[in-house]
Amino acid sequence: MGLRIGDVALASRFFQGTAGYPSPQVLQDAIAASGTEVVTVSLKRQLAAAGTPNDFYGIIRKAGARMLPNTAGCKTAKEAVTLAHMARELFDTHWIKLEVIGDDYTLQPDPFELLEATRTLVKDGFEVFPYCTDDLVSCQRLLDAGCRILMPWGAPIGSGQGLLNPTALKTLRARLPDALLVVDAGIGSPKDAVQAMELGFDAVLVNTAVSHSHDPVKMARAFKLAVEAGRLAHEAGIMARQEMAVPSTPVTGQPFVL
Amino acid sequence: MTFHITVNGEPRSIDAATTLADLVAALGEPPASLATAVNGDFVPRGARATVQLHDGDAVFTFQPITGG
Repeated sequence: MGLRIGDVALASRFFQGTAGYPSPQVLQDAIAASGTEVVTVSLKRQLAAAGTPNDFYGIIRKAGARMLPNTAGCKTAKEAVTLAHMARELFDTHWIKLEVIGDDYTLQPDPFELLEATRTLVKDGFEVFPYCTDDLVSCQRLLDAGCRILMPWGAPIGSGQGLLNPTALKTLRARLPDALLVVDAGIGSPKDAVQAMELGFDAVLVNTAVSHSHDPVKMARAFKLAVEAGRLAHEAGIMARQEMAVPSTPVTGQPFVL
Repeated sequence: MTFHITVNGEPRSIDAATTLADLVAALGEPPASLATAVNGDFVPRGARATVQLHDGDAVFTFQPITGG
């Protein structure tokens, strides 16, 4: 049931973003409710009049979840590589969620800059979790560059539109059976997480759908259950659809032939 | 001699002999609480004392935040 990334074993297949929560306490409670073991974090340019460090950092450390820093906001490979190195030092991890955005409107990843940054960072010893599209060939190139994990989008970041192209995601699963596949971005409700897991994805990453719900702690638990349900269903094997009704009760013909 | 640099986009004047470690100390933050880059290149914590700042340099300091 668990997941292994390199030498790290994870019991939970739910990766949780930490942004946009109403308060650090709600974030802390939501992490506990979801049972997540991987949380995404970020880093930003310090303002001239920087105040005290965010207390979220202490909360996450206390929660015991492994941190997955991202390179949000980067538009070039060079920027992303620099930020990844900063993140490695700041968060003391070689895991990096590599984001290189190519379009401001959709926040669609730039596949070319992403690949270039990936090649550099793999050489530099990072475990790269690339935020990518569901394009099969781009994904294959990322694996060729040394990624073991891919994080294709379900829909644009923060849109909550769910899995816009399940066929493409299914194709990725079928064609890349050895890659760890994590749906990242666009998941709007637990049913989307169930769908991703039923498709055979190894995990999902969710932020806004939890943090912007009316009750993030309850929603975190909903996602925990959804991910578990979807994974169990995948492992159990989902029945083939039939075009017509197939009687499930083993009766013999009509009960009373009069 | 005084150099004119920027720190996170804000202009700042420093003595010509200032290193990146000196600058970080002057910012008043614990050195381990931020990551640094000069002119877009990462400078590891351990190397800050060896990086001499020059006129026109753009220094960036980054801190942890929440993220998705």
